[in-house]
Amino acid sequence: MRSRCEAPGYHHLVAVTGGMKLDARTLRRDFPIFEQEIHGKPLAFLDSAASSQKPRQMLEAMTRFYETSYANVHRGVYELAERATEALEHARERVRAFLNAPTSREIVFVRNATEGINLVAYAWGLSNLGPGDVVVVTELEHHSNFVPWQFIAGKRGAALALIPLDEHGELDLTSLDAIAAQGNVKAVATNLVSNSLGTINPVEKVVAWAHEQGAIFVCDAAQAAPHMAVDVQALGVDFLAISGHKMCGPSGVGALWGRSELLLEMDPFLTGGHMIASVRPEKTTWGELPHKFEAGTAPMAEAVGLGAAIDYLDAVGLDAIEAHEHELAAYALGRLGELPGIQLYGPPADRRAGIVSFNLEGIHPHDVAQILDMQGVAIRAGHHCCQPLMQKLGIAATNRASFYLYTIPEEIDQLVDGLHTVRKVFA
Amino acid sequence: MSDPGFEQMYREVILDHYKNPRGHGVIDAADAEAEGQNPLCGDEVTIYVAFAGDGETIDEVKFSGRGCAISQAATSMLTEMVQGRGAAEVAAMDKDELLDQIGIPLTPVRLKCAMLGLTTLKVALHKAKGTPLPEGLAGFDELELS
Repeated sequence: MRSRCEAPGYHHLVAVTGGMKLDARTLRRDFPIFEQEIHGKPLAFLDSAASSQKPRQMLEAMTRFYETSYANVHRGVYELAERATEALEHARERVRAFLNAPTSREIVFVRNATEGINLVAYAWGLSNLGPGDVVVVTELEHHSNFVPWQFIAGKRGAALALIPLDEHGELDLTSLDAIAAQGNVKAVATNLVSNSLGTINPVEKVVAWAHEQGAIFVCDAAQAAPHMAVDVQALGVDFLAISGHKMCGPSGVGALWGRSELLLEMDPFLTGGHMIASVRPEKTTWGELPHKFEAGTAPMAEAVGLGAAIDYLDAVGLDAIEAHEHELAAYALGRLGELPGIQLYGPPADRRAGIVSFNLEGIHPHDVAQILDMQGVAIRAGHHCCQPLMQKLGIAATNRASFYLYTIPEEIDQLVDGLHTVRKVFA
Repeated sequence: MSDPGFEQMYREVILDHYKNPRGHGVIDAADAEAEGQNPLCGDEVTIYVAFAGDGETIDEVKFSGRGCAISQAATSMLTEMVQGRGAAEVAAMDKDELLDQIGIPLTPVRLKCAMLGLTTLKVALHKAKGTPLPEGLAGFDELELS
């Protein structure tokens, strides 16, 4: 098994795009989860697109915060409260720098990207959408960037239009004129990287089109932020959401970035403590940005963990992570292609993040994933919260193997060996 | 290949029912019919029932749809088990009766796969008879994303 991936060819399958190269074998030691066997086999964790594993450095930052600096933020005047507030605001600054946002006032902590998108759909959509308006999403969206728009558009009597996929599984941008003819395009929401096919989408073109229509552009970067440098100013988007848990951070925290001028105009999403300027029986006024959108006690330790995760990713280098994933995707596409009866979905390796979706002829993904699990291989089987896409592909589900900075080629070999066993069981 | 885990789960009888499903097909103008989805994986099954002249005895059961080996094999076994039995009896059938027949260890997630056919059949029978759906089955056939 080991000899195969060290064989000549592996490193030549794709050109590394330059810059620093990461050493996944060394990084892997930072992740305690790999210090165990599953069903007596080494763990091949190939489901990082669902959620990433956690480095010790991030876990320790959260523990240190709880042990030395914990109190509620923005409240007390005592030392601990000040330390906690400073830690939270430092984390906000780390997110700002990570996304290259102009100011940390534009960084709102949320539970995850789903909540960030819901925030925009409710707080912007309820006040700005109406009959005759069109909200545009794509056939490639995660339900998190589809259902909130469908729901709010429906509530406001606006239409929902979908940018379709072409036969290669890429966005068919020739459809844009027809969509513009359907009404006033007010909001366009797409992902930057598809969670099910791994496609890196040409967001810049869609952003330019959205702005020509006078629409806002909302970017779901949950799958992109872990894998490539995301720069909100270079992308030119109006809102962008990320989830901490997919990028080495803890679950329960994510961030929404939005342009100040839009955030200032919007109503709040959740109301309650902390988000107010003053509360009177007759009227309540809202707090400054970003607090207006952060009702209740913040996920403080989680935000600290997200800040530490960003430190970790920065130290590794986003360019190196992206290059590593392209390399693994190319290797996986090559190795999986050896299997008879395999159907691979999505674009070529250089156009995708470290995600490979596939089906084995005549064998349901649940059965594939179950038999792989017994061999220590964790992959995702299902619709990946992308039922409109599955419908387009004419299938109910796929198998999905996804990679991250700690993934080594031996795990892909373990997957391929496991798939040979699956085929034998169903022969 | 020698791991007892999946050998046990994917034993010969399961694979046989999966590859050669009994009762696979459609009954036109069925007396009872329902569609069920497993929202976890998007699998779908539609069950069709034709009653005998007494309007109670299950004369024929067929199913269509797609799914994993566990859900398809379980539904195939189910069609054999309920043939000739009373609708009221089957609508109240204990799930262990089917699980005993399947005879393999199932994780909670896979239990849902195994139960898809039985749950859908029960919904079909309750709808046909106009009896209230038991708790937990209400809305079962409306789980589609819409």
